[in-house]
Amino acid sequence: MIELTPQEWQAVALSLKVSVWATLLSLPFGVFVAFVLARCEFWGKQVLNGLVHLPLILPPVVTGYILLLGFGRRGPIGGFLDECCGIILAFRWTGAALAAAIMSFPLMVRAIRLAIEAVDPKLEQVAGTLGASRLWVFATVTLPLILPGIVAGAILAFAKAMGEFGATITFVSNITGQTQTLPSAIYSFLQVPGGEGAALRLVLIAVAIAMIALIASEWISRVIAKRIAGT
Amino acid sequence: MSLSVALRHSFRNFELDVEFQASQGITALFGRSGSGKTSVINAVAGLLRPDHGRIILEGHDLMDSAKGMWLPPHKRGIGYVFQDSRLFPHLSVRQNLLYGRWFARRTDNIRFDHVVDLLGISPLLDRRPGALSGGEKQRVAIGRALLARPRLLLMDEPLAALDAQRKSEILPYLERLRDDTQIPILYVSHAMSEVARLASTLVIVQSGKVSRAGPLSDQMSDPAAAAMLGLQDIGAVVKARIASHEADGLSRLDTPLGVLWVAGIPASIGSMLRVRVHAQDVMLSLSPPKDISALNVLRATVTQVMSGQGPDVLVQLGVEGDRLLARVTHRSAANLGLVKGLPVYAIIKSVAVVRPS
Repeated sequence: MIELTPQEWQAVALSLKVSVWATLLSLPFGVFVAFVLARCEFWGKQVLNGLVHLPLILPPVVTGYILLLGFGRRGPIGGFLDECCGIILAFRWTGAALAAAIMSFPLMVRAIRLAIEAVDPKLEQVAGTLGASRLWVFATVTLPLILPGIVAGAILAFAKAMGEFGATITFVSNITGQTQTLPSAIYSFLQVPGGEGAALRLVLIAVAIAMIALIASEWISRVIAKRIAGT
Repeated sequence: MSLSVALRHSFRNFELDVEFQASQGITALFGRSGSGKTSVINAVAGLLRPDHGRIILEGHDLMDSAKGMWLPPHKRGIGYVFQDSRLFPHLSVRQNLLYGRWFARRTDNIRFDHVVDLLGISPLLDRRPGALSGGEKQRVAIGRALLARPRLLLMDEPLAALDAQRKSEILPYLERLRDDTQIPILYVSHAMSEVARLASTLVIVQSGKVSRAGPLSDQMSDPAAAAMLGLQDIGAVVKARIASHEADGLSRLDTPLGVLWVAGIPASIGSMLRVRVHAQDVMLSLSPPKDISALNVLRATVTQVMSGQGPDVLVQLGVEGDRLLARVTHRSAANLGLVKGLPVYAIIKSVAVVRPS
């Protein structure tokens, strides 16, 4: 078994915390945006689509810098959050969660959008003729049918959040015990002589978490899909 | 109950402009595919919002474009059975059946057990839709629509996706539905045999317009409807009661036309059914035929003679106050001197009197 130092443990625990929060909090938005992109026609749809996908294409350091400008304590949004609710994001783990959420959002939306596009709108029509309003149709027909896609999207986003480095280090820096996530810790250990051992241990843990997440997502998706296929 | 539909809608290369009324029983919207039938019932269901029109069900507006009023589908209380059953794959048959109940505001006592019995689906309740045959799926879909307590039931070619055997499996359930429940049905079809068996009113839709409408039996024995219904398919639809089954395999039917002998029908004595007498299966004679194999000879009076293009003449006959239609050639019509008011004998082979299937 691998023995970890407290600093290494902190990095692993922080990464898990950041990724779980990033995934859970962005999930409702992800479902909403995916639904809007899949089912609605409106002016500016391509703009929204572009915005959602921007973090996938931009250099992560650019995304991190934009976050710093917007959500830093002197930035327009960051300043407002600090004043009204006392929420500070820059150089805190919450900021790491925001960066991870933004960076993993495109992957999440893509997976969920594909699932929504695979739902036959005719089933939603039927639910309407049976008396269900649009909201009920979504809750009782669409949502259960896209559950495998939501699970897949969430786990993909979680895995991406676990690995997020560039935007995180730009936005919240690399403070041990505060904002030093798994990738940041690996980077730090590689910067100092004799840090290779610690880096290698964390690399193994990163690989293990990623593998477990992927296998779990495959398995959960298959179970749900089987139940939905209705045989 | 009454449904009144008047609507106009422009599609990209198609104009829909229909107006008709429907009342109790099954009203069939009959026409070729692409004639606009499905668009009409989609408008009634609220799945299509027509440019102009007014739809009134039981005195309440479902839509009225003049007032800018339009009810969304879930507020209309109209059941819809689609050609593809569209069962929810993530729910069991029981959950599918109960789906509409969550939302039904009306409290008619259409009971679950009654509907399940009516459609014969009790063995399926705990199964998943994916494990059902096409006919079973369609019966569940009908049950699901019924249990939402609709004021009107729409059916869009509910049998078209099924093979002949499955069709004959479902048709009796549709007849029971028509006879046992008070729910009026708007039934879209391009299959004359289904329509002849089920409908009480016929609305013929042709390239976006209603070309004829009226009671089914009148339309089926009206020579003027032949162009729309097809020469092969036209002919009287007669209500009959099975009076007896004979040892030689024949069944005796009591009908408004008089007694008809038909090849044995597998139904119990006293049961009511419809039979079709295709116009092309009716022979005419001026004198009572002797030494002839056909068992049904009816005294009739010519009420209308209509010659169309081609070699055919359609002759409408009055028999005991009911109508029969015969299709003969120009030459025969000329030889017999068929004119309105002429008394004739209509000759029908027993095997030609068929139950629509």
